[in-house]
Amino acid sequence: MSAATALRRPWRARLSRWLPSGRTMVIAAPFVFLLVFFMVPFAAVLKISFSDVKMAVPPYTAIAELHDGVLRIVLNFEHYGDVLANPLYIGAYLDSLKVAALTTLLCLLIGYPACYLIARADPRRRNLLMMAVMLPFWTSYLIRVYAWIGLLKNQGLINSFLLWAHIIDEPLKLYHNYTGLMIGMVYNYLPYLMLPLYAQLVKMDLTLLEAAGNLGARPWQAFVTITLPLSRRAIISSSLLVFIPAVGEYVIPEILGGSDSVMVARVMWDDFFNAGDWPAASAATGCMVLLLLLPMAWFQRLQRRELEAR
Amino acid sequence: MTNEAPRLQKSPSAHTQADFVQIIDVVKKFGDAMAVDHLNLSIRKNEFFALLGSSGCGKSTLLRLMAGLEAPDSGRILVDGQDITALPTYQRPVNMMFQSYALFPHMSVEDNAAYGLRREGVAKAEVRERVAAALDLVQMGRYAKRKPHQLSGGQQQRVALARSLVKRPKLLLLDEPMSALDKKIRQQTQFELGNILYSVGVTCIMVTHDQEEAMTMADRLAVMNEGRILQVGTPDEVYEAPTCRFAAEFIGSTNLFEGVLADDESPLFDCKDLQAPLRVHNPMNARRGHKVQLSLRPERIALAHAPATQDCNWAVGTVEQYAYMGSYTLFYVRLPSGRLMEVDVSRTAVRAMERAPDYGHTVYLSWGADQLVVLEK
Repeated sequence: MSAATALRRPWRARLSRWLPSGRTMVIAAPFVFLLVFFMVPFAAVLKISFSDVKMAVPPYTAIAELHDGVLRIVLNFEHYGDVLANPLYIGAYLDSLKVAALTTLLCLLIGYPACYLIARADPRRRNLLMMAVMLPFWTSYLIRVYAWIGLLKNQGLINSFLLWAHIIDEPLKLYHNYTGLMIGMVYNYLPYLMLPLYAQLVKMDLTLLEAAGNLGARPWQAFVTITLPLSRRAIISSSLLVFIPAVGEYVIPEILGGSDSVMVARVMWDDFFNAGDWPAASAATGCMVLLLLLPMAWFQRLQRRELEAR
Repeated sequence: MTNEAPRLQKSPSAHTQADFVQIIDVVKKFGDAMAVDHLNLSIRKNEFFALLGSSGCGKSTLLRLMAGLEAPDSGRILVDGQDITALPTYQRPVNMMFQSYALFPHMSVEDNAAYGLRREGVAKAEVRERVAAALDLVQMGRYAKRKPHQLSGGQQQRVALARSLVKRPKLLLLDEPMSALDKKIRQQTQFELGNILYSVGVTCIMVTHDQEEAMTMADRLAVMNEGRILQVGTPDEVYEAPTCRFAAEFIGSTNLFEGVLADDESPLFDCKDLQAPLRVHNPMNARRGHKVQLSLRPERIALAHAPATQDCNWAVGTVEQYAYMGSYTLFYVRLPSGRLMEVDVSRTAVRAMERAPDYGHTVYLSWGADQLVVLEK
C-alpha cells in the first residue's frame, strides 16, 4: 500500500462513520421523498381538521397561539363528530366504498381471465398483449375520461350503433348515472389490476399444472387447487391497488357519474371550494384515511401470517 | 412399514408380460423437427427401463407422450393391453416424477402426496393410510407437515416419488430423477431409489443422459438418438456388444477402427491406422471388401514395454498423455499412423510393470480377438 492511500483511508473511515451507508441511502430516498411530499402536507391537513372555520385567509383558526407568552393549543374535535353525524358524509362514504368494491370485483372478473390467458399465450405475443393493456396510459387520463362521453351519451357512438342496428328503439341511458360511472371506473382501473396479477401468473411454473393433471386433476381442478391459491396474494395486492384509489376517485364520478351516486371526494371538494369549510373537509379526509387503513392493515397481517407459516 | 407399501395392482390380462407397455410406430413432430421418429418399443412388466440419450434426442418427448402431456402425431401407446393414446393425462394409469419434482409449493408434504388420491375421490381414511404408507416407504413420514421449500433436494425427490407412487400407477415415469441432486449424493440415491422401486414392484421408465445412472438402475436400456432407438438391451449387452457407433461411443468410451475384410476365409480386417491386421472373433455378416466399424474398449487393451508375440491385434506407439484416475491410469498412445488410442490400465497392472510408462515412452498395445466388436451401423 502506498503512503498516499494509507493516509487517505482513515480519513474516509472517519467520514463514513458519520454518513449512512450507500445501501441505506438508496433505500431511504423514497421514504424521505414521501415524508416531505406526502406526510408533511398530510400533517398540515390534519392540523386544519382540528382548527375552526374563520372568515379570513386562510379560512381557519390556528390551533397553537402565543397569548401573553403562554402557548395555547386548542384542538377542536367537533368536526370529526360533525362528519360522522352528517348523513351526507356517511352516505358518501358508503357510496364510495360500494363503487370501489364493485369496481374491484368487476376488474377482477375481467382482468383475471385476461391475465391468465395472456400469461399462457405465445411468449412473443405476451409482451405485445400487455403493451395493449398499457396503451391507454399513452394519453392523458382526463382526455380518456372525456372521450367516454362521446361513446356513452344519447347520440354517442354506442347508442347510435344500437339504434342503427335496430337492437334498441330509444337510446340507453349510459352517461351521467351509475352505469356511466362504473364503465369509467372499470375502464380506468383495469390496467392497475392487470399488471401485478400478470406478473404473478406469468412466472408460475407450468410444470405444476402438468403434475396436477398427471395426478388426476382435470384442468378446472388444477386451476382451483394450484393456480388460484398460488395467485392469491397477487389477487389481494392488485385488488387493493384498485380499491384504495377508487374510494377517493373524483374525476370519473364528476364527469361520467350522475346524481345517483355521490362519492366522498365530491363532498370534500364542495366543502373545500364551495362551502369554504376547510376544517370539515380536512376532518373528512382524516376519516377516509382511517377507513382505508383497515384493508391495508388486514393485508399486512395476512402477509405476515403467510411468511410465518413458511 | 414396507409390507404396507403401495403395490402395483395386478390385473389378469391376456397379453404377454413382455408387452406390458407397447409403443407402436409413434411419431411426434415439433414444427419441422422430428422429435420421435416412427418409434417402436416394448417394455416388460415390473421392469426398470432406461431411455438413454443426449439432450434433444427425443427421450423426454417420448416420456411426455406416455404421460399424456403431449399427443403423438400418429402411432399408438398401450399399457397393460389398454390403448391409452387418446386418454387425457388425468385419466391415464401412468404417473410421472418430474425433473424439477414439481412439488406444489403451497401444500405440505402430506397434502402433496395426497393430491392424486383426493382427485380420485378416495375416502379420507384411506387417503390418510395410503399417504402415511407412501411417506414411510420413502422415509419422509416425519416430515409430513413440512412445506417443500423446507426440504433438501434429496428429500424433495423422495416426496415426489411418494406422490407418484401413492396412486399405484401401472407405469411410473422418471424424468432425469437425479439431475437436480449434488453429484455426491447422486450415487447413493441411485441405489436407494432403485431399492424402493424394486420393493414396490412397479413398471418403470426412466429418462436420463447419464450412462452411469442408466447402468446402475436399469434392467434394460435403450440408446436413443434423433428420435429413434438405436439399441435395446441389458446394460452389459449394450456395453459389451454395441451394435452401432453411437451406442459404442455414448456408453463408455471406445476406440473405433475402420476395417476392410481381407478375404472370406479368415476373419482378418485390414485397418489403415494399424500396422497389423485385426483378427475378430465374430465378424458378423461382413463380406470381403466391406468397410466396417470396429469398437475396442480402452480397458480391454494390454500395455507393455516389450513387443507382443502375436502377429495380429497389436500396435506400437508413444505415450503422449496420461492421467491418474484412481483405480486405473488413462493413457493416450500416438501410433505411427498418427492415430491416437485410448488405453485404460488398471492400477494393479501398472504396479506389475517394472517401470511405469511415462511421456514419450514407446509402448506396445495388444488385445484379444474377442474384444473387438463389429458394429452393424
